[in-house]
Amino acid sequence: MNVLVYLVPMAIGLGAIGLIAFLWAMKTGQFEDLDGAAWRAISDDDLPDDENKK
Amino acid sequence: MSETQDLSHFVRHPVAGVAAMDLVVEGVHCGACITTIEKGLARESGVRGARVNLASKRVTVEWSDGELKPEAILDRLSSLGYPAYPFAAANLDSVEAAEEKRLLRCLGVAAFGAMNVMLISVALWSGAADSSAWATRDFFHWLSALVVLPCVAYAGRPFFDSATKALRQFSFNMDVPITIGVTLALALSVAQTLQHAREAYFDSAIMLVLFLLAGRYLDQRMRRRTRDVATNLAAIKAETAIKLNADGEARETPIAAIQPGDLVLARAGDRIAVDGVVEEGRSEVDQSLVTGETAAIAVAPGAMVYAGTLNLAGALRIRVSKAAEGTLLDEVNHLLERAIEQRSSYVRLADRASRLYTPVVHLTALSTFIGWLLIGLSWQPALVIAITVLIITCPCALGLAVPAVQVVAASAMFRHGVMLNSGDGLERLADVDTIVFDKTGTLTLPQASLANRDDIAPDEFALAGSLALASKHPLAKAVAAAAGATDPLAAHEFPGQGVTVFHEGKRLKLGSPVYCKAEAEAAAVAALWPDASLIAFRGPERAVVFAIRQAPRPDAAAVVAGLAREGYAIEILSGDRPEAVGKVARELGVARFSAGLKPADKIARLKILREAGRHVLMVGDGLNDAPALAAANVSISPISAAHLTQAQADAVFLGDRLAPIAEALHIARKAKALMIENLWMSAIYNFIAVPIAILGYATPLIAALAMSGSSLLVTGNALRARKARARG
Repeated sequence: MNVLVYLVPMAIGLGAIGLIAFLWAMKTGQFEDLDGAAWRAISDDDLPDDENKK
Repeated sequence: MSETQDLSHFVRHPVAGVAAMDLVVEGVHCGACITTIEKGLARESGVRGARVNLASKRVTVEWSDGELKPEAILDRLSSLGYPAYPFAAANLDSVEAAEEKRLLRCLGVAAFGAMNVMLISVALWSGAADSSAWATRDFFHWLSALVVLPCVAYAGRPFFDSATKALRQFSFNMDVPITIGVTLALALSVAQTLQHAREAYFDSAIMLVLFLLAGRYLDQRMRRRTRDVATNLAAIKAETAIKLNADGEARETPIAAIQPGDLVLARAGDRIAVDGVVEEGRSEVDQSLVTGETAAIAVAPGAMVYAGTLNLAGALRIRVSKAAEGTLLDEVNHLLERAIEQRSSYVRLADRASRLYTPVVHLTALSTFIGWLLIGLSWQPALVIAITVLIITCPCALGLAVPAVQVVAASAMFRHGVMLNSGDGLERLADVDTIVFDKTGTLTLPQASLANRDDIAPDEFALAGSLALASKHPLAKAVAAAAGATDPLAAHEFPGQGVTVFHEGKRLKLGSPVYCKAEAEAAAVAALWPDASLIAFRGPERAVVFAIRQAPRPDAAAVVAGLAREGYAIEILSGDRPEAVGKVARELGVARFSAGLKPADKIARLKILREAGRHVLMVGDGLNDAPALAAANVSISPISAAHLTQAQADAVFLGDRLAPIAEALHIARKAKALMIENLWMSAIYNFIAVPIAILGYATPLIAALAMSGSSLLVTGNALRARKARARG
């Protein structure tokens, strides 16, 4: 059962990474506009078009 | 006269050299709108960035300070097809948003802790806790402690803070038993782990915090969303006034930026946006939004005018006065303060439940401890059993029972066009048995329309409509709208009297009956339509008189009849003339009505009703209704209501129809039933779980199952609030 000594802390560590990712997402306002994010995913404004050339 | 809008009031400066403004945008609902707005604004030179928030229907624009006028952004947006309204976010907004963020952060931490402890707990439940493997068990217990203690210390703070605050004021709230339960559970678990005992309750403690936080977060989120909607509506409605600067320049300025002592211009046909004294000009003013009185009154220099009234005839220059100086407003404010003081304090369902619940739980735990001691158990195992009783009974489902229903019911109401302003408004709506309506603007539409269309020949009607287009008078506008006129006649306007034109060899006139020499016809029409305002038209052959009245809302009769059928007592209290109120009351089939009431009279009537044990819903829109709204058990306003009035209402409904009120009552009743059902469900759960715990058979597994099971049950039940049916 000695394998548990590093397996379980590893599992918790992975969970902690998830938690940190969540806190980062909160801090940078990723949850401010849940409806808009769904639409932005399919918007194509990263493709060059004649109006948006830089 | 050049008119530019002064927006400096709304511009923020987040960083030096950068200006930013928040706008509420109408009509944003999909991805295409986001792209159009953001790209369209980015093309404006000087704009550094624009970000649309689709959930709150707002745009934040940033630009380099000085390179662009904020007005240009509004123009750009409206040319893109999205009318936008600036708003200054209130401080309250950011406090609420911060609280919501804090709860969500706590929820995240608690969820992390619960998930990881479950990982370990599943192993413990399924055999790792057997006595042969005590080293592994202790290792697992210590790991659990390592995860749970810091997580609870962080995520439990909303409860701990509120509990200490309550205790410091020698009062008691739901958070006190929660704090005691969680702290004892953790202390017990640590002590058990130190003694190599079989059972520890780390998982129960974190799960409790998680479920309770979920309830708390839902509650907070609903409150903030309703506030967001209210802020948006206020911004869209935000009136502007034409401010006259010292050099005579006229600037359209948001009301929020106007100071007492400023001079403001109100043109004929404008809604007067401020309270003040007339300095120059003569006109007639329609005060129906303020007093409910539909007949216009004449004003001259020195007269007091009120915000929300309609300037009918001539331009007025108004010196803005402080709100308290006005006699009517004075009275309204005074009554309002008194009404709020006397408002019966409603105790929320959840608080009532917890008041009943807390002493029972603590007494049960205490008597369990004493009982086991008496039977002969030593104090330590007796204490362990007593604490498990506390853990099992901790109000986990109770914390979710009410907020879950509230969230579902509030979103159901929102779909029907009703927005809740206060959280407990839902519960108070459910208790209503008497509905008191205001007439003007509430039972009737806020805009005037033509009543006697059938009496008028089509060609006369068309001619009158074209002539009416030339006038700014609201009655003329109503005639033009009813006639569907599009090509105006080049008429000459005599302010305060009417318009006239020489058309195909005949003189046509539209205006007051006196001006058109149609007094006889006017008297006949007035007898038929006692609540209407009259405007006369002198045509090629004869004179006709149009009766313009505020017609009842299209579904008012059906809704009022429906509510009466459901057993509500219905009454009309109006500040308007008895003939006008009587006509509407007869049309809607309401037997009980009172007219010509002052704000104090309305409150007196409500007081009589309440002393008779009635639960009164007041529906009103006028400034004169504000004290009555505050004095009633619960209140609803239409969206067109005066600002002060809307602020007093527990809910606001949108649109021209009255049906949302009936819908809101159905949903509220259903929601209250579900809340009570939920509270009973958690009580029944306790009836089953507590004896097991008292007898000492409650293991951590049973606690976990019972807790999550009852929470799921309660949440699932809450979802039924989406569908509500009429009663009877």
